[in-house]
Amino acid sequence: MFNLNKKDLSLLIIVAVLTLFAPFILNPFPAGSAMAQFNAGYPDLMQRFVIFGIFAIGFNILFGLTGYLSFGHAAFLGVGSYAAVWMFKLLSMNVIPAILLAVIVSGLFSLLIGFVSLRRSGIYFSILTLAFAQMMFALAYSVLTPITGGETGLQLALNDPRILGVSQTAEGNIPVPGLFGLEMRDSADLVIGGWVFTFNVGYYFCALVLLASFYLSIRIFRSPFGMMLRAVKSNQQRMNYTGLNTRPYTLAAFVISGMYAGLAGGLMASMDPLAGAERMQWTASGEVVLMTILGGAGTLIGPVLGAGFIKYFENIFSKINDNVLHSWFSFLPDGLEDAVVFIIHPFIGKGWHLTLGILFMLVVIFLPGGLVEGGQRIRGWLKNRKTKDNGSASHETNPAE
Amino acid sequence: MSKLDVSRRGLLRTGAVAGAGLALPTIFTAQSAHAFTNEPTGGTVTLGFNVPQTGPYADEGADELRAYELAVEHLNGGGDGGMMNTFSSKALQGNGILGKKVQYVTGDTQTKSDAARASAKSMIEKDGAIMITGGSSSGVAVAVQALCQEAGVIFMAGLTHSNDTTGKDKRANGFRHFFNSYMSGAALAPVLAGAYGTDRKAYHLTADYNWGYTTEEAVKSSTEAMGWDTVAAVKTPLTQTDFSSYIAPVLQSGADTLVLNHYGGNMVNSLTNAVQFGLRDKQVNGKDFQIVVPLYSRLMAKGAGANVKGIFGSTNWHWTLQDEGSKAFVRSFGTKYGFPPSQAAHTTYVQTLLYADAVERAGSFAPCAVAEALEDYEFDGLGNGKTLYRGADHQCFKDVLVVKGKENPTSEFDLLEIVEVTPVDQVTYAPDHPQFSGGALGTCNNGA
Repeated sequence: MFNLNKKDLSLLIIVAVLTLFAPFILNPFPAGSAMAQFNAGYPDLMQRFVIFGIFAIGFNILFGLTGYLSFGHAAFLGVGSYAAVWMFKLLSMNVIPAILLAVIVSGLFSLLIGFVSLRRSGIYFSILTLAFAQMMFALAYSVLTPITGGETGLQLALNDPRILGVSQTAEGNIPVPGLFGLEMRDSADLVIGGWVFTFNVGYYFCALVLLASFYLSIRIFRSPFGMMLRAVKSNQQRMNYTGLNTRPYTLAAFVISGMYAGLAGGLMASMDPLAGAERMQWTASGEVVLMTILGGAGTLIGPVLGAGFIKYFENIFSKINDNVLHSWFSFLPDGLEDAVVFIIHPFIGKGWHLTLGILFMLVVIFLPGGLVEGGQRIRGWLKNRKTKDNGSASHETNPAE
Repeated sequence: MSKLDVSRRGLLRTGAVAGAGLALPTIFTAQSAHAFTNEPTGGTVTLGFNVPQTGPYADEGADELRAYELAVEHLNGGGDGGMMNTFSSKALQGNGILGKKVQYVTGDTQTKSDAARASAKSMIEKDGAIMITGGSSSGVAVAVQALCQEAGVIFMAGLTHSNDTTGKDKRANGFRHFFNSYMSGAALAPVLAGAYGTDRKAYHLTADYNWGYTTEEAVKSSTEAMGWDTVAAVKTPLTQTDFSSYIAPVLQSGADTLVLNHYGGNMVNSLTNAVQFGLRDKQVNGKDFQIVVPLYSRLMAKGAGANVKGIFGSTNWHWTLQDEGSKAFVRSFGTKYGFPPSQAAHTTYVQTLLYADAVERAGSFAPCAVAEALEDYEFDGLGNGKTLYRGADHQCFKDVLVVKGKENPTSEFDLLEIVEVTPVDQVTYAPDHPQFSGGALGTCNNGA
């Protein structure tokens, strides 16, 4: 099916099941319980998981396959957001044209930046992309304020000249982005016992786009083009000496991953119609590098896992405060309770960066292949145990994708 | 003719399936089942405190959070009640809001609009917050304000000084207690004219972002109305840490006054550079060279150290004010934390009280009812004298403080002295003033 081999197909199905049932998977704790703090199944975060998943999948096509480390990919995400918001302002609140324009504009930008930056490789390429991205951030933040809204970001207003559709709703509010009348913000709650599961239109829209982009990325990985990109990674010089021009291949990979970033930016703006310059800052570019490495660079599913991991920490750990800690440990005697809270305090709330940093270090040191390698080791360990039980000795391990 | 064979077991089975089928839609409740977003149904109500905990304004965020915790304590009847005792409205009983115990959730804005919106969204969608407040930058305030408008909750702005928050980007669900660039300019200009004369030539260094622009415009137009000349206005990148290359041209320009439209770390660095260059010892056009900082905060004064001595600026509130409200607030804040509150702490504390009071007076948590209770509401006893929450743009109008760096500070908190309390009439403007034009409140949104 879908022209995929059995292994890839099962991977695609796993991803499909994970994304479609995410509202259940991410809300394992009853709403009223103390552990509800760790629930991540609310629309905004679920949307972020899949949007950054798409961003990381695209980044992985460049970094995972060709080995070119771009440090400016957030710029394309930002450009995509701006394009989408302008489409909302000028054309219609339908998300389709907005996302299309976002992908096209970011594709053009990546063509331009890629054309210049890909003249160099290695660290020089990284620095060039970083410079371009910072330049675009600085432009968006100040010089281009009339187009980008500067520091306050580009937002919808009550007097936008929307060609298709109204500038404001009957109640005098700004209309919300939708898909042919289906509002992205709409949600339905499913209450089962103490559990509350939220199904959000925007999330499922993003999830379908994620599945499509994941499928496309599998096809690229398995295509002759993907093989060529891997060859670039293993030895570009040798390829050049055999008389093959690798530039068109790397440029194509750069543009594709730039368009993925633009798609993510357009989706982001569709879920929340605002585009801020911070989206283009170098820290945002660094974040996608972290996501990819954390999940496993060069693997298919790794970037999606990494994106989810980082966004989870950013949104869940940063919201735990001392009050919450005290309520968790209130069963301990007073002195001990304060001591425990004191020890955990630096790692939660504003200390979420610290926790994430430690975990990142642990992953890089002990699982250089990222979370995917962790999964493989667990699987290998389970398999070994099983085969030992059976008495047979088949030591076949699955190669990394 | 088909034979209808009804067995007991078959009937039960069909009945059970039909029953389950009928019951299924009822466990799906659309969120519109409530009258408004996050209507509190139990014995508690949740407020969302969205402040910068990391990034350049983390210190201010920490102080805001302290004030919020104090406000919640007072609303729930704990502590000494603080400004609730001096507040002109007596609707608050110290038993929570409308009898519901106040709980809160916190989040980190990182002083980035995206992160701030993500954090506010999780408060609304996950924690069921009925009101969002906080922030220490106008970009964040504007972004979160727009989000709250869409989601249908009230936004009580924290520290945001740009005109746009209640100008170009105002929203019906958003309210600002803090003063703004225009008020700073209007309050400062007469004091500057009195201290330095009316024939000065000013040189502006402006942080290259939204707040910088509105502040530059406000100070420029107010001082020019007093007879000053503006020689040049130079934009400096927000990330700049060394301003020497911007200071050097100031002296060659023939200007005799430097206006630093900088905030936070920017101001600390630019002022330090300017003083190190010896600008303040120079004589230009036969006059002593002077420096002005339109927006002061105690944390900035602390950062710039001795360099702030004698430099004029404006501020929303200062803990040395001697009215009953300020004294009560400083007392309870000091008792709890051991040092006096900053202006950021003051404005966030007041905003929380004002919100709670408006809910009590409206008798409902519905955002539209709360907004109506806040609009054109006059109150007193919260530290800035008589104050009006104007309905036309949701901006508070109150006295503005003109301050000066203290020559002989007695402690690390006693860095500013109040030069003049500019009466509210002098800083009031029409809602359609050109510096605030281009936006519309829209209508209030109760959400789902």
